[in-house]
Amino acid sequence: MAGGTGSAKPADDPRPLFGAYGIVKRFGSFTANDHIDLEIHAGEIHALLGENGAGKSTLMKILYGLLEPTEGVVTHRGAAVRLRNPEAARRLGIGMVFQHFSLCENLTVAENVALVMERGLRRAVLAERIAALGETYGLKLEPDRPVWSLSAGERQRIEIVRCLLQNPKLVILDEVRRLCARATILRGGRVVGACDPRSETAASLAALMVGAQVQEVAARPAAPRGGERLRLERLSLPAPGLHATALDDISLGVRGGEILGIAGIAGNGQAELFAALSGEIPAPEVEAVRIDGTAVGQLGVNARRRLGAAFVPEERNGHAAAPGLSLSENVVLTRRATAPLARFGLVRRRAAQALAARIIDAFDVRGAGPDPAAGTLSGGNLQKFVVGREIQAEPGILVVDQPTWGVDAAAAARIRQALIDLAARGSAVLVISQDLDELFEIAGSIAVLHAGHLSAAMPRAQTTREAVGLLMGGSSGPPIGRDVPVGPTAAIARTEIAHAP
Amino acid sequence: MRLDLVPRARRSPLAASLSPVLAFVTAVLIGGVAVSLLGVSPGAAFAVYFVAPLSELWSLQEIALKAAPLALIATGLAFCYRANLWNIGAEGQFVVGGLAGGWVAVATHGDAGFTVWILPAMLVAGTLAGIAYAMIPALLRARLGVSEILTSLMLVYVAELLLDYMARGPLRDPAGFNFPQSVAFDEAARLPYLMEGETLHAGVLVALVATVLATLVLGRSLFGFATRVVGASPRAARFAGFSEARLTLAAFAISGGAAGLAGIVEVAGRIGQLQPTISPGYGFTAIIVAFLGRLSPLGILIAALVIAVTTIGGEAAQIDLRLPLDLTRAFQGLLLCLVLGADVLTRFRVRLVSGATR
Amino acid sequence: MSLDTIQMVLVTVLTAATPLIIAALGELVAERAGVLNLGVEGMMVCGAALGFAAAVETGSTLVGALAGAGAGLGLAAVFGLLTVGLAANQVASGLALTILGLGLSGLVGAGYVGLKREPAPHLHVPGLSEVPGVGRLLFGQDAFVYAGLGLAVGVSWFLWRTRAGLILRAVGDDHAATHALGLPVRGVRFLAVLFGGACAGLAGSYLSLAYTPFWAPAMTAGRGWIALALVVFASWRPGRVVAGATLFGGATVLQLHAQAASIGLPGQLLSALPYVATILALVLLSLGRRQGGSLAPAALGRDFTPHR
Repeated sequence: MAGGTGSAKPADDPRPLFGAYGIVKRFGSFTANDHIDLEIHAGEIHALLGENGAGKSTLMKILYGLLEPTEGVVTHRGAAVRLRNPEAARRLGIGMVFQHFSLCENLTVAENVALVMERGLRRAVLAERIAALGETYGLKLEPDRPVWSLSAGERQRIEIVRCLLQNPKLVILDEVRRLCARATILRGGRVVGACDPRSETAASLAALMVGAQVQEVAARPAAPRGGERLRLERLSLPAPGLHATALDDISLGVRGGEILGIAGIAGNGQAELFAALSGEIPAPEVEAVRIDGTAVGQLGVNARRRLGAAFVPEERNGHAAAPGLSLSENVVLTRRATAPLARFGLVRRRAAQALAARIIDAFDVRGAGPDPAAGTLSGGNLQKFVVGREIQAEPGILVVDQPTWGVDAAAAARIRQALIDLAARGSAVLVISQDLDELFEIAGSIAVLHAGHLSAAMPRAQTTREAVGLLMGGSSGPPIGRDVPVGPTAAIARTEIAHAP
Repeated sequence: MRLDLVPRARRSPLAASLSPVLAFVTAVLIGGVAVSLLGVSPGAAFAVYFVAPLSELWSLQEIALKAAPLALIATGLAFCYRANLWNIGAEGQFVVGGLAGGWVAVATHGDAGFTVWILPAMLVAGTLAGIAYAMIPALLRARLGVSEILTSLMLVYVAELLLDYMARGPLRDPAGFNFPQSVAFDEAARLPYLMEGETLHAGVLVALVATVLATLVLGRSLFGFATRVVGASPRAARFAGFSEARLTLAAFAISGGAAGLAGIVEVAGRIGQLQPTISPGYGFTAIIVAFLGRLSPLGILIAALVIAVTTIGGEAAQIDLRLPLDLTRAFQGLLLCLVLGADVLTRFRVRLVSGATR
Repeated sequence: MSLDTIQMVLVTVLTAATPLIIAALGELVAERAGVLNLGVEGMMVCGAALGFAAAVETGSTLVGALAGAGAGLGLAAVFGLLTVGLAANQVASGLALTILGLGLSGLVGAGYVGLKREPAPHLHVPGLSEVPGVGRLLFGQDAFVYAGLGLAVGVSWFLWRTRAGLILRAVGDDHAATHALGLPVRGVRFLAVLFGGACAGLAGSYLSLAYTPFWAPAMTAGRGWIALALVVFASWRPGRVVAGATLFGGATVLQLHAQAASIGLPGQLLSALPYVATILALVLLSLGRRQGGSLAPAALGRDFTPHR
């Protein structure tokens, strides 16, 4: 490793600005990063691609100083450096813009920025700098507003401004889409390839990431038959909490045999829509929600289940299933209304275990032992269980929120096939998903949820990804990504590529 | 220097049941050191604290009589604590229960003829009073989100002052030479003794029955299942259709009722009249018992016996070895600290890491 | 009522409020960092016992005060190790420490029951202290009272005017976010807990060195719990802690004076006033809660186990 710091100008310096060589990171017996080499040159935008669990987030944390590698070395202009903590990384000019914002809700904008600035910085000076940066890049912020009162877009601005205020030489952007010129692909903790993502298709990228052709889903053409089984009629709901989204005049209908997909970027009302459908939040009017014609707006979740509806929420750990409980106990949680699992107020343990065993068998759920705790299952297996638990009841209506989020490709394919098969048997299926490829694969028609408004549903054959994407972004004004300036001298972006057959 | 907690892959049930034992042994060892600092031989102290109480009939009865209210209250508390509802006011609910049942006894004092109904009425009154008193923090929490820790605790002082006022005032025995106590209860208003000439009364049976019932309810019933879920994963509980508000009220009702029942059992069993104070801190000691017993009725029963032995032993040690009663209390506090620490160690592996390496 | 009588009442209110102010400010800092310490009562009573003992042995009130603070600090270290280091249940750990503290205080104080010593010296400014009506109130208090008020100013300045205070508030608001930024969450919490314990111990030593001034078993009589309620009542703001402590101190004093004046109400009812007042205050606080943001430190009471 050549020593010396930069007397050569960054653009002329042949050495990579930052490098990582032979990076190994182990957590106990689990190897998250396995001898990774990565070089970032000044002025380039470099993407890091890979499925969940490929090791991207670990590598990012190492570069940001949150973790130290078990083996391997990080270099700055060819010289080895030790990043003991994010403070050290920041001093070298490494900045990070977080996907899930690292902001303290009850502090002001200025206070959140001050957390990473140098000591002794006066309030007035900081406010000036924030204002100046806002002018230069069009990222306006009021320094004294508390964060809880800001929208998601404004919060992302704080993240970006906070990063840029430190004059970073390297910006790590978490989850930014399609800005990148070069890509390194991780699988199973190792580098498995490099490419120019602009000249690859999603399919070829996915194949590189997954390492094999993902099993084709046997898509049967959507053949809706019969009348509407699920109906939302002009549903409006005030925001149920401090940081929630209000629903505005939402109407939709799903017929038996049909899969309706609801696309949208996270945070636009998906969770609230799900809660209104499941009954966790009652609707203002009884007729706003109809299941097989019955008005259920004021009924609770179990009453809706008894009418033949089933629900799979987004969060499998903590919402769909209780991680500390066994799988048979988790079956009791949502199936006591549709299966004889409780009698005279007592839980029928053996019946629950038998039902759980049937679900595990039918959906190939793998875990330690016959009745493991839900929290010990991998993401894909737990999701298969949670989806299978509901499908096993042969519900007339199924509402699923993010069916394959964070799930390995094989399990995801199986889940999607199960949804298609359920619809083919005459059920109405509503799929809420951030994954456009998934929706275009399984849904017969697609509607878009944006800021609590739902667009009209369009048959899949009559719409395109671009059209849906525009609606997802609100169709007015550029999507967030365009705002981001490429001021600093280099950037790495981490991108999730949606699974595609 | 950094303390890292690495979660263990599996939590072995053997380790989970051994950890309180290990904590107990450690506490005894530390106690031995403390005792020798006070100039007493650890061996002699151990014999007086733990061995002697188990060797005589009368002290065995005392242990049972002390363990019974602890077990009863702690079993009720387990319902609350499993649901992350921190009822700290069991002492107050105990007092209110004793007061209510005692009032029935005083009101019917001297009645002749059909008196069989009096004792059951006292028990019912005590239980209902405990439930009602526990509803205050429960409703405040369920409807307004007020911290149940603070409200239930403040009500303890209010209950104690109420009892003090009643025992010295309206319920005081007019023929009692101005002593601050009520009339001595009639035979019909006392819990029957279990053995001729001994002190063991039926209250012990009440505690045993409660333990069995609680085991069934917590382990088998849908309600017990719901309290477990709502404490561990409140969102999953809502998704399952369990009402958090109703569970809060039910858990507090069980806890308050158990404490109130324990109160009237103590008054009708051991004390036999109303006095300005009727509890040597059972409501607070029961909190320790609940955690020592790891919130399971059987564990609580064992823990209650252990605590009762140390309390009886402490009283004996005060007389025989001139060791202060505070030593017992400090021991109990230390024991709880060690149990909590040991519990963490069964779920995580602790690594002491030097420098800033993560 | 003469001016001097009013001043007398105000002085008693202030002295009754002082232990609450000191203990509550310490707990406020700990809770602002996200840790709920229910062991305040135990730390306070231990401070009273050890403070008195040390003062009797050395003849110095200052040593007594330091010893009292030290006792609280020591117990807080155990609490911090359990809850911050080992992520044990905060409620159970706090209660364990209260019981441990009560027991230890009895052991330490056993040899000092019934002893008397000179109360802590009061300030005396020639000329000012004799001003009728306010002289004693403003210029004639002991060091603890001034320390309490100074602490309120100091804590306020620390939390809102220093970087360290900002980090502490951030840790209490969102420990995940602050950890992701690389801030030392557990170190900050541990130090905050130590400070809270030291304050509780100091408040206890005030009781046995200046307020009564002697040691009696369990002499804190629940003041530690009231201090906890006070922090919530004051919405975790130091200025309001002083105001609330004065109210609670006032309720206590009112009860004493009412009993002395033989007002027809039973003494127990008046004694119950502070506790009932606390409950009412908490209810009013909940009813008037802001629609946006949260008054409490958002991460209060939640465990933090960073193992990756």
